[in-house]
Amino acid sequence: MKGDLLTVKNLRVIFHTYRGIIKALNGVNIWINKRERLGLVGETGCGKSVTSLSIMRLIEEPGEIVDGEIIFDGRDLLKLPESEMMKIRGKEISMIFQEPISALNPVFKVGYQIAEAIAHAENVSMKDAYGKVKDALEMVGLDWKRTMNLYPHELSGGMAQRVMIAMALVTKPKLLIADEPTSALDVTIQAQILKLLDELIKEMGSAVMMITHDMGVAAEFCDKIAVMYAGNVVEYAKTEEIFENPLHPYTRGLLKAVPRIGRSEELEGVPGVVPDLVDPPPGCRFHPRCGDRLDVCSSKKPELVEVEEGHFVACHLFHGGVRT
Amino acid sequence: MEYQESERISRWRPLIEDLKHTMYLWRKNKLAMIGTVIILGFIIVAIFAPVLAPYDPYQQNLHNRLAPPSREHLLGTDQFGRDVLSRIIWGTRIELKIIFLVTVISTAIGTIIGLISGYFGGAVDEILMRITDMFLAFPSLVLAMAFAAALGPSLTNAIIAISVITWTVYARLVRAETMKIKSTLYIEAIRALGAGTFRILFLHILPMTISPILVQMTLRMGTIILTAAGLGFLGLGAQPPTPEWGAMVSDGRLYMMNAWWISTFSGLAIALVVLGFNLLGDGIRDILDPRLRR
Amino acid sequence: MKLWYFIMKRLFLMVIVLFGILVLVFFIAKIIPADPVGALLGGNAPPELVDELKHKLGLDKPLIIQFIDYIKGALRGDFGISLKTNRPVIEDIKEYFPATMELAIFAIIIAVGIGIPLGIFSAVKRNSFVDHFSRIFSILGVSMPVFWTGLLLLLLFYYKLGLLPGSGRLELFIIPPEPKTGLIILDALLEGNWEAFWDGLKHIILPAFVLGYASSASIARMTRASVLDVLRQDFIRTAKAKGLPKRLVIYKHALKNALIPVVTLIGLRFGSLLEGAVLTETIFGWPGLGRYIVNALLVLDYPAIMGGTVFIALIYSLANLVVDITYAVLDPRMRI
Repeated sequence: MKGDLLTVKNLRVIFHTYRGIIKALNGVNIWINKRERLGLVGETGCGKSVTSLSIMRLIEEPGEIVDGEIIFDGRDLLKLPESEMMKIRGKEISMIFQEPISALNPVFKVGYQIAEAIAHAENVSMKDAYGKVKDALEMVGLDWKRTMNLYPHELSGGMAQRVMIAMALVTKPKLLIADEPTSALDVTIQAQILKLLDELIKEMGSAVMMITHDMGVAAEFCDKIAVMYAGNVVEYAKTEEIFENPLHPYTRGLLKAVPRIGRSEELEGVPGVVPDLVDPPPGCRFHPRCGDRLDVCSSKKPELVEVEEGHFVACHLFHGGVRT
Repeated sequence: MEYQESERISRWRPLIEDLKHTMYLWRKNKLAMIGTVIILGFIIVAIFAPVLAPYDPYQQNLHNRLAPPSREHLLGTDQFGRDVLSRIIWGTRIELKIIFLVTVISTAIGTIIGLISGYFGGAVDEILMRITDMFLAFPSLVLAMAFAAALGPSLTNAIIAISVITWTVYARLVRAETMKIKSTLYIEAIRALGAGTFRILFLHILPMTISPILVQMTLRMGTIILTAAGLGFLGLGAQPPTPEWGAMVSDGRLYMMNAWWISTFSGLAIALVVLGFNLLGDGIRDILDPRLRR
Repeated sequence: MKLWYFIMKRLFLMVIVLFGILVLVFFIAKIIPADPVGALLGGNAPPELVDELKHKLGLDKPLIIQFIDYIKGALRGDFGISLKTNRPVIEDIKEYFPATMELAIFAIIIAVGIGIPLGIFSAVKRNSFVDHFSRIFSILGVSMPVFWTGLLLLLLFYYKLGLLPGSGRLELFIIPPEPKTGLIILDALLEGNWEAFWDGLKHIILPAFVLGYASSASIARMTRASVLDVLRQDFIRTAKAKGLPKRLVIYKHALKNALIPVVTLIGLRFGSLLEGAVLTETIFGWPGLGRYIVNALLVLDYPAIMGGTVFIALIYSLANLVVDITYAVLDPRMRI
C-alpha cells in the first residue's frame, strides 16, 4: 500500500472537545502515485477533510495528530520542523477549498493575494511576483487586467474558484489537494471548473487528491477512488472497479443511493446514522448499519487488505484476502 | 389512555433536555456562576433589607459623625452620623427599583416601536428609525442628564430619563429580528390563514423575539446602574436623604481626605453589582453562542 | 468613486439627524413642564420681574416663533447668552471645549495604547497569564463607575501620596503657553515651554487614565474577540496553506480584518468618552465642556444647556461619521 508520491500510513487524529475526545481518524491508509488522480469520497464527517489537512499539517488545537506516517516524496512530513513544512505548503503541495470567496482575504485585492503566493513559493520579491500574476490569471481564463484589482466579494463563485486554482497551480505543485472544489458552485460552473482543472493538471503533471461527496464528480475526474467511513478508508480501487464491482457493504450502499442513467431500480439509502465519534462502535465502525455483519465485526477492526489486484477492502467478509 | 400518556411525556421531554443542557453549561461557566451568585445576593439583600440592616438608614447621630469603620459600624458613618452599611443595604432596594422600572419601560417602548418598524417597513420604518437615530445621536449620559434636569431632579424623573435613552437598543434589536421573522414561511402561512396584523405581531412574532430581548436586558442592566449612579452622583437622581449609591459617593467626596469610607464603600457596592450583571451577561452570551455551532 | 458617494450619503443623513437633534433639544427645554423663570428667580418674585425676564429670554413669544428663532440662531452658532456667565454661550463653548478635547485625546491614546496590544496578546496566547489578567482587567474596567475610579485614584495619588495634582490643568504659578490650538500640552510643546509641558502632563495623566480605563477595557475585549473570530475564518486557513509563516499570517492577514470592528469601537468609545468626561471633569475640576454643562444643568441655565448639548451631539455625530467612513475605507465590503 505504497504510492511513489505520497503514502499515508496508520494516521490517527483526535479532537479534544468538552464532550470528550473525538477519534476522528482511526488509522487511515491512503496513497497516491505521481500524476495520479485519487478521489476521496464519503459522507460528511467521515474524515476526508481532516485527512487532507493532516497531510498539509494544518491540524490545530483542539485537534492533534497522534500517530502515523505521512511520507511525501521520500520524507515523513510529520517529522519535519515547521520551517521546512512551510516551504512545502503552497509550493509542492497546494490546496483549494470549498467556498472560494470566503477562502480569500476580503480586505486584499486578488492580484495581491496571488502575488503573495508566488513571492513566497518562489522566493522572489513582491514586485517580481506581480509580473507573474498576469500569466496565472490567463492560465485560468480570467481577464487579468480587471480581475487583479477586484476584491474577493466582487467575484462570482466560479471566478473566485478560478483565482484559487491559479494561486494553487502557479507554483506547479507535485500534489494538488482539492477539498470539494465544486460543491458550492452551480452545476454548469461545476463542469467548467472541472474541465479547467483537468486541462491544467495534465499540463502541470501534478497528482490530485480530489475530495468530494459527489460520486459523479469522482467518476468523471479520478483514476482511483478511496471510500472513507467514520475515520477509516474502507475501500480503495480503480474508478471502474469501484462502480462495477464494489465490495465493501458501505460502498455498495453508497452506489445504490446514486441515481444512474440506464438503471431503473429504486434509490435506497443506507439505513442508520453516522456514528458518534466520541464513543464509536467497537470493531468495524460500520457494523451497526451493515446488513452482512458477522460476529467478529463487533470486536475486531478490519484492516485494509488487497483482495483482488489493485483492489483493497477493509472488511471481515473478505477475511485474509479471500472472499468468504 | 396509555398512548396519550406517552405522547404528553414526549412533548415535554425535548424542552426539559434543552433546559438541563442549558443548566449544565451555566454551571460549567465559572464566571457566569459568580455573576449569578452576586446578583442573587443583591436581590436577597434587597428583599431582606429591613432584617439585614443594623441601623435605620435615615437615622442621624450627630455625635458620631464621620466615624471610621468599627465593630458598631462596620463601614463607618457618614457626615450625619448615619450608618454607611445600613444605607448601602437599603440602597439595594432603590437600585433594584430603578433596574426593574427602566427595563420594563424601555423594553415595552422599544419592542413596540421595533415591531411596528420592522413589520410595516417603508415610510413608517424610516421615520421611526430617524427618530431612533436622533436619540442615539447623543452620548447617553448627556441626554439622560438633560432630561433629568429638565424634568426636575428626582428618582422618578431619573428613571424616566434613563428609560428614554435605553429603549433605542431594544427598538433596533426587535426591528432586526422582526424583519428576519416576517419573511419566513411560517408567518406567510399564518397570514394566508387570515390572521389580523395585531394577532400576528403579538402572538406570533413577539414570542420569537423574546430570547434575544432577554439577552440584551441582562447586558443592559449594568449600564443602567452606572447611568443611574452617574445621575445620582451629579445630583440629578434620587434626592437626599434617600440612600442612592451614586448620591452617596458624591456626598462622601467632600470628606475624602479624612473619611474615605463613605465614597469608597458606596462605589464598591455599585462596582460589585455592575460586575455581577456583566459577568452574568457575558456568561449568557457565551452559553447561547457556541451552542449553536457544532 | 464609490467611496465618495458613500461619504456624501452619510453627510446628508447626518444633516437630517442634526436637525432632529435641534428639535429634540428644543423639545426638552421647552415642552417638558418646568418653569425656567421660576427656577431662576425663586417662587416669590414680583410679577413685573417675572415678565421682564420672560421678555428678555424671549419666552413670551408664541412657541413656534421661539422655535424658528432658535433654529435660525443655531445655524448661526448663536445659542443666546448664558444666564450664569452672561456671555454668549458660543463663547463659553469656545473656551471650554479645547480642554475636553485634550482630555479626550489623551484618554483615547491611553485606551488604545493599552487596549489593543492587550487584546491581541490575549487572543494569540490564549489562557496564558496575560490573557487572564487582561480579562479581569477588562471586566473590572467596564464595571467600575468612572467617578468612583477617579475618586479612588485621587485618594491614592493626591491625598495619600501627594504625587499628582488634584485639579485643574496647570498650577497657578506656571505661565501658560500661547493658546494656539487650545490644547495646553501641545501648545507648550510647540512653544518649547517645558515647564508648562511637564506640569500639564502631570495634571492630565490622572483624569485621562480614569477616562481611558473603561474604554481600554472595552477595546481590549473587543480586540481579543475580533482577533479570535478572524483567526477562525477560512481565509486564514488558505493563508497558511499557501505556506505563509505564522507571524505574517497573524500580523498582516488577520489584523487588518480584526481591527475593523475595533476601529468602529474606538469611534463609539469616543462618544462615550464625552459622557465620561462629564463625570471625570467634575471630579478633577477640569475646566471643560462637561463640567460646564453639569453646572448649567444644576442652575437651569437654559441657553447654556441647549447650546452645550447641541454642541456635544454635533461632535458625537461627527465622530460617528468619521467612524463610518473609516470603516468603509478599511473594509471594501462596506462601500454600499
